[in-house]
Amino acid sequence: MKKTYRDGHPALRALVFVVLLLGSAAFIVPLLWTLSTALKTNEEIAQDPTRLIPAKPTLENFPEAWSALPFGTFVTNTVFVTLVATFGTILSASLVAYGFARFQFWGRNALFYTMLATMMLPGQVTQIPVFMIWRTLGAIDTFVPLTLPALLGGGAFNIFLLRQFFMSIPRELDEAMLLDGASYFGIWWRLILPLSTPAVATIVVFSFIGNWDNFEGPLIYLNSPENYTVSIGLRMFQDTFGTNLGQLMAATLVHITPTIILFLLAQRYFIKGVAISGMGGR
Amino acid sequence: MALSTSVRRWTQRPSFWGFLFVTPWLIGFLLFTAGPMLTSLWISLHKYDLHTMEYVGGENYRRLFSKDPLFWKSLKLTVTYALFSVPLGILGSLSIAMLLNQKVRGIPLFRTFFYLPSLVPAVASAILWQWVFNAENGALNLGLAIFGFAGPQWLQDENWALPAFVLMSLWGIGGGRMIIFLAGLQGISETYYEAARIDGASPWQQFRRVTLPLLSPVMFFNLILGIIGSFQTFTSAYVMTGGGPNNATLFYALYLFRNAFEYFKLGKASALAWILFVILLAITLVQFGLSKRWVHYEGDSR
Repeated sequence: MKKTYRDGHPALRALVFVVLLLGSAAFIVPLLWTLSTALKTNEEIAQDPTRLIPAKPTLENFPEAWSALPFGTFVTNTVFVTLVATFGTILSASLVAYGFARFQFWGRNALFYTMLATMMLPGQVTQIPVFMIWRTLGAIDTFVPLTLPALLGGGAFNIFLLRQFFMSIPRELDEAMLLDGASYFGIWWRLILPLSTPAVATIVVFSFIGNWDNFEGPLIYLNSPENYTVSIGLRMFQDTFGTNLGQLMAATLVHITPTIILFLLAQRYFIKGVAISGMGGR
Repeated sequence: MALSTSVRRWTQRPSFWGFLFVTPWLIGFLLFTAGPMLTSLWISLHKYDLHTMEYVGGENYRRLFSKDPLFWKSLKLTVTYALFSVPLGILGSLSIAMLLNQKVRGIPLFRTFFYLPSLVPAVASAILWQWVFNAENGALNLGLAIFGFAGPQWLQDENWALPAFVLMSLWGIGGGRMIIFLAGLQGISETYYEAARIDGASPWQQFRRVTLPLLSPVMFFNLILGIIGSFQTFTSAYVMTGGGPNNATLFYALYLFRNAFEYFKLGKASALAWILFVILLAITLVQFGLSKRWVHYEGDSR
């Protein structure tokens, strides 16, 4: 096999391996510790807080945390908001990206660069008027401010990523479908989207995590506890039962786990999606 | 009919469809970005509490600059935080990316481990780290005690609270920025290194003369978005310290949020938002200006 620069000296590779092992261990220790604390009894946490493997693992913290606050409702709310916003993001970001990637129209480049520039805009500069819009429309304490905007473009970064990916799909395929009488919507739906699984999966991960994590949005827009999302609920739990570490960590795990599962499911596409979209070559 | 023919001819043009497809974004941009931006500039010239609105000219700005020590404090600590967390974050994520770009066993697993912390939701991560930094029975001080060090009070200590935030920010360096560096590294053609080696370049020279220049566009991207991101630190401060102790972690975005949604001083908050915007715009423009000296685009030399 051809030897490349990355092959290096065996001793060097061994060193790299050890550094990676120790480094990655340091990165996941806080997570393992969260898990281990969630599985400990309160007595054990008090006696031996640093012990990584619980002496007597217990699941009792989970049902107790779950019933201390209406976490079931919080999870339902968050799942609803996240799914609607993620679906809206994919639908609208892919349509917009298709428009930017495949069509010539007056002002296209100006619009595209304007869109890129909005990535650098701090959200605070639009936050207050946007709040006033939703307030005027009576949408405070509803999920509308957290979901509807996703349908309007789905975020500059997502559009950019999808557009880069779409550009890598040969145009000849579009033209062949046009000759067969397909509409532009048909090309988007039956050609572009199916060929873009890695990019779409990447957007799904980004969008899901962004919405699942979202704290400031729900903090501003949701007032009644029955509308709270998990992030707000968790903060409320910390305020009320923060001293019960086992339960707090159990509740925290409920918030963490879905994003990690989704990432693990999608990661095969995810890395490819970022790489192929040319993020590296910009 | 003439009208329907012309409509049909219009809808047969690809440019019509292209414009149609980008319309959702355009509406969103006008409604939720451009319009609100101008509106917030206008509000910043008023005294406004959601009920009454009174024109005050540049008074909000004047007061912030001359009579508001908290404004200066929050700005200063946010800049300090950015000065440490951004370079350290870039250095860290580049290092991890370079390690993960080597050919050793178990790379996919290591990559996942480094990435996992950035998947932890902000509130969860804040709660977790609040505990790590706990002075009496937090992991950090217990760990330091093993080596015989008495750790500081971290989040309860005015002088250590901000360093604690910098430390915590480093937990996320294996995330998106690292992946972008990794993608950049993997996009560098092997032939450049071969050519460099034939010319007798040492590994350091290869890094300095091949890797860094070819990676500079990615570095630039990460730098710009890193600075903007660090100026918007909010959730961790809100959850972990609420801005304390003695406002030592009153990040700019938190101060802005309080003025807007807790004190309902919307004019003042809008002025804060515009100052933030102008600062970030200036930093970004300077970065773009400086980038001509160090950012190398592969197509340039062709």
